[in-house]
Amino acid sequence: MSANTHTISLLVANKPGVLVRVSLVFARRSYNIESLVVSPVTGSNFSRMTITCSGDPSTLDQIVGQLGKLVDVVQAIDHTGGTVIEKEMALIKVRCSVPDRTQVLQICEHFKGQTVDFGGESLVLQFAGGTDKLDAIIGLLRPLGIVELVRSGKILMARGIDVT
Amino acid sequence: MEPKTPTAAEVLIQCLQREGVEYVFGYPGGNAIPLFDALYDAKIKLVLVRHEQGATHMADGYARATGKPGVVVVTSGPGATNTVTGIFTAQMDSVPLVVLCGQTISPMLGKDAFQEADVTGITYQVVKHSYLVKSPDDVPRVMREAFHIATTGRPGPVLVDLPKDVTSAPCKAKYTSEVDLPGYHLPKDPEPEDLKLLAQLLSRAKKPVLYVGNGAVISNAGKAITLLAEKLNAPVVNSLLGKGAVPEDHPLHLGMLGMHGTAYANKAVMNCDLIISIGARWDDRIVGKLSEFCAEAVKIHIDVDPAENGKILQPDLFVCGDARAVIEELLPFVHKLDTADWIKQCQAWRKQYPLRYPKQGGLRAQHVLEELDRLTRGKAILTTDVGQHQMWAAQFCRSTFNRSWLSSGGAGTMGYGFPAAIGAAIGNPGKPVWAIVGDGGFQMTLCEMATAMLQKVPVKILIINNRYLGMVRQWQELFFDNRYSGVDMEGSPDFVKLAEAYGMKGFHIRRSGDVRRVLKAANDYMDGPCLIDAEVVKEDNVFPMIPAGAAYGAMIVEKPKQKLEKPVGGT
Repeated sequence: MSANTHTISLLVANKPGVLVRVSLVFARRSYNIESLVVSPVTGSNFSRMTITCSGDPSTLDQIVGQLGKLVDVVQAIDHTGGTVIEKEMALIKVRCSVPDRTQVLQICEHFKGQTVDFGGESLVLQFAGGTDKLDAIIGLLRPLGIVELVRSGKILMARGIDVT
Repeated sequence: MEPKTPTAAEVLIQCLQREGVEYVFGYPGGNAIPLFDALYDAKIKLVLVRHEQGATHMADGYARATGKPGVVVVTSGPGATNTVTGIFTAQMDSVPLVVLCGQTISPMLGKDAFQEADVTGITYQVVKHSYLVKSPDDVPRVMREAFHIATTGRPGPVLVDLPKDVTSAPCKAKYTSEVDLPGYHLPKDPEPEDLKLLAQLLSRAKKPVLYVGNGAVISNAGKAITLLAEKLNAPVVNSLLGKGAVPEDHPLHLGMLGMHGTAYANKAVMNCDLIISIGARWDDRIVGKLSEFCAEAVKIHIDVDPAENGKILQPDLFVCGDARAVIEELLPFVHKLDTADWIKQCQAWRKQYPLRYPKQGGLRAQHVLEELDRLTRGKAILTTDVGQHQMWAAQFCRSTFNRSWLSSGGAGTMGYGFPAAIGAAIGNPGKPVWAIVGDGGFQMTLCEMATAMLQKVPVKILIINNRYLGMVRQWQELFFDNRYSGVDMEGSPDFVKLAEAYGMKGFHIRRSGDVRRVLKAANDYMDGPCLIDAEVVKEDNVFPMIPAGAAYGAMIVEKPKQKLEKPVGGT
């Protein structure tokens, strides 16, 4: 994870157009969104967005300020450096014939992954955890032959009783 | 028999009435017919324009001159897209507008229907907020929210897109005065701690400057700021849009600062030890080279918009709040400063570097505007277009009351001045309004001469006619070796004859000796709009000038002998 990576969480109105308004705040300042997770907040008309992006911190301060001004954004917080739980999930399809299987399954077991598809020539593995952990798993599996890889993007929650 | 359920369009017009709207500026079209049909029976007066851009600038001028929101009604597709420049202009200068657009019927949305434009999509970046109304019963709530958002906090334009099937359908929802907007945060009262800190910083200043912006105009903070300036004995400067908040004829007022500000205002800013922005956002026209701007001075920023904190420069103290509320609450904490020498120095600069222009060699725009200032004594509402005439007007025409100076500052929209003057005149019945325009910008929206005639507004169109796009020409002269590219306004009409074609009174000014007499005749003419074509010298430059992106030390007060470096800052 680069030093300039930030994780922002937003509480937003759950209605059409909100994602566009949010993403335009980034795009106007030529700031790239690296991952984005949106899901409704149970029992309300709001959604939670978790955005990771990287770039110069002063522009990011501007972005968070401008996000806070959007009428559909209830709250915008940059959690970088804060005490939060950050997790993401990955599905990894590994090419593996019978002789390689043991090694792949060992890696899977070591990182507490799950085998979600078991085929003759391939395995699909599911992992959850911090970004560093997923990066390490991918590094180990790559020499064995990753056919396909999907990462969910990061989700985040404040530690303790405080709401994110 | 039960009374007929009103349509959403009828409810919408009732909502406008409840919001106190007296005028709407608009232009109809197929998808806006239900809205115009509902207007037919309403007390609200429709100002029928000739182009939708004109409607937005009129609503903007009305809003800036009165403080009330301006309302625009247009149709879908090109009608709606023609409003984009006006919405952008309003957004950049924090002007409250509510723009109502007709839209194709909901089932056809996204199917390239006739005159369907995704106007909410097109305008996301230039509105404070927007709505695409999907249900007739949403109309009362959306309208209440639209006005609330447009007019509170830092004001701005709100767009409401209204599909024709929605406006035509019956609406059972009741009018509501409540708003429930959990994501819309208005500034709280200023923190007493911040005010104490602010007073403490002020108390240490030997050479303070109060830098007044549009936020002071919007919150009507002028009286409080004047009191503060007098109590501290501190000089005042204002941004282009801050004109009028504090009377520019006040002895402590040094006029406008920045790129084309007065030399004495800029000298004061260069040498101050504390600068306090009151509702001004350190625009690049003001700051020039950021790293050298007031490098040694304490910088304080008062703004209603928290996102302005640190956007351009990092102040020593940021106080979030309405300019007037903050200054009024600050007043009891401050006392007279030992600034006698500083004030003396500022007044010496005023004497040493007055605004100057050549008195010979033909009719000068500066002379026309100086005479206009003499004639109106700061008692008229002035609007401007964008360019040289705008800067000269800002320099030579002193604004002495709030909401009397209307100019497109942030957006720099040519074509703004004349329609804005119509809106301002409609909002201030019987009051003369001078539209100071260039021959270039005026031609962008001159179709509204018909609107001005129909409304019989006493708008005086003063064309500073140099047959050039003068500001671009000035840059080409100073920085691009006199390579005049695309700036010759050859082909413009005889403006006085054009006025006559509209049935409008027209005047010529060709010689310096005519200026006073013609301006007086035009000012006294109150039977409707009139036009004054002031044929000024073709090549003249606005000075003082700080080249874009340069430090204040680079200010020039006359054309230098040697060639200038190309500026590093934007335009």
